[in-house]
Amino acid sequence: MPDRPARPLSPHLSIYRPQITSVLSILHRLAGLALLAGAAALVWALAAAAAGPGPFAAVEAFFAAWWGRGLLLAFTLAFFFHLLNGVRHLFWDAGFGFELPAVRASGWTVALLTPALTALSWWLALGGPGA
Amino acid sequence: MSARTPLARARGLGSAHEGAGHWWLQRLTAAALVPLGVWFAAGCVRLAGLGHGEFTALVADPLNAVLLLLFLGAGLYHGWLGARVVVEDYVASPGRRVALLALLAGAGWLAAAVAGLAVLRIALGAA
Repeated sequence: MPDRPARPLSPHLSIYRPQITSVLSILHRLAGLALLAGAAALVWALAAAAAGPGPFAAVEAFFAAWWGRGLLLAFTLAFFFHLLNGVRHLFWDAGFGFELPAVRASGWTVALLTPALTALSWWLALGGPGA
Repeated sequence: MSARTPLARARGLGSAHEGAGHWWLQRLTAAALVPLGVWFAAGCVRLAGLGHGEFTALVADPLNAVLLLLFLGAGLYHGWLGARVVVEDYVASPGRRVALLALLAGAGWLAAAVAGLAVLRIALGAA
């Protein structure tokens, strides 16, 4: 099929109010893409580690830098969000939770649990009760 | 029973979204990634501060190595399925779409091979 000529579209983003449903949906996709970038970084870190202390020094420098840790924080946020919202999707796949009140409740649960779990995991990783 | 005419089927018209098999695999890998992912998330923040020796020691531990390989396998496959859907959704030109999908498949396999070999080398003490 050849490229179609551009035709006028109905307005969408400019007229619809953002809602918990639509916002979480696009965030789920964006988080997934962010996790792919993180996966690439993980593959790099593993390959560098296998290559030896010299190549791994770049990985260490990355995580020692404030922007490296910032990216790691963003990655863990995206990870927990994608995980929690993914479970929400799995419930839908099994047929549960389609009523609008349930959709909103589960959506807000995901939105609130995400930063909570992220903070918890960082706290545990940085020493937990001893920190 | 499909409502598509034979010509439409031959032309490949209609929804190009995930087939039933891919839908199921996406859900299976998702379910597997719930425990694997939690395990990885718990570890990765700690991993990020470590020097080479400690990092490889953690990865070399047999339990960690196995879980990491499973996590990488399920995660890369799940991510590949997701990336494909994004391309199929937003790329209109068929030529560009095919090229991007092929690129994604190649990148996925390359990542899996590189990461798999790295974990094995570390775990078997060849790093």
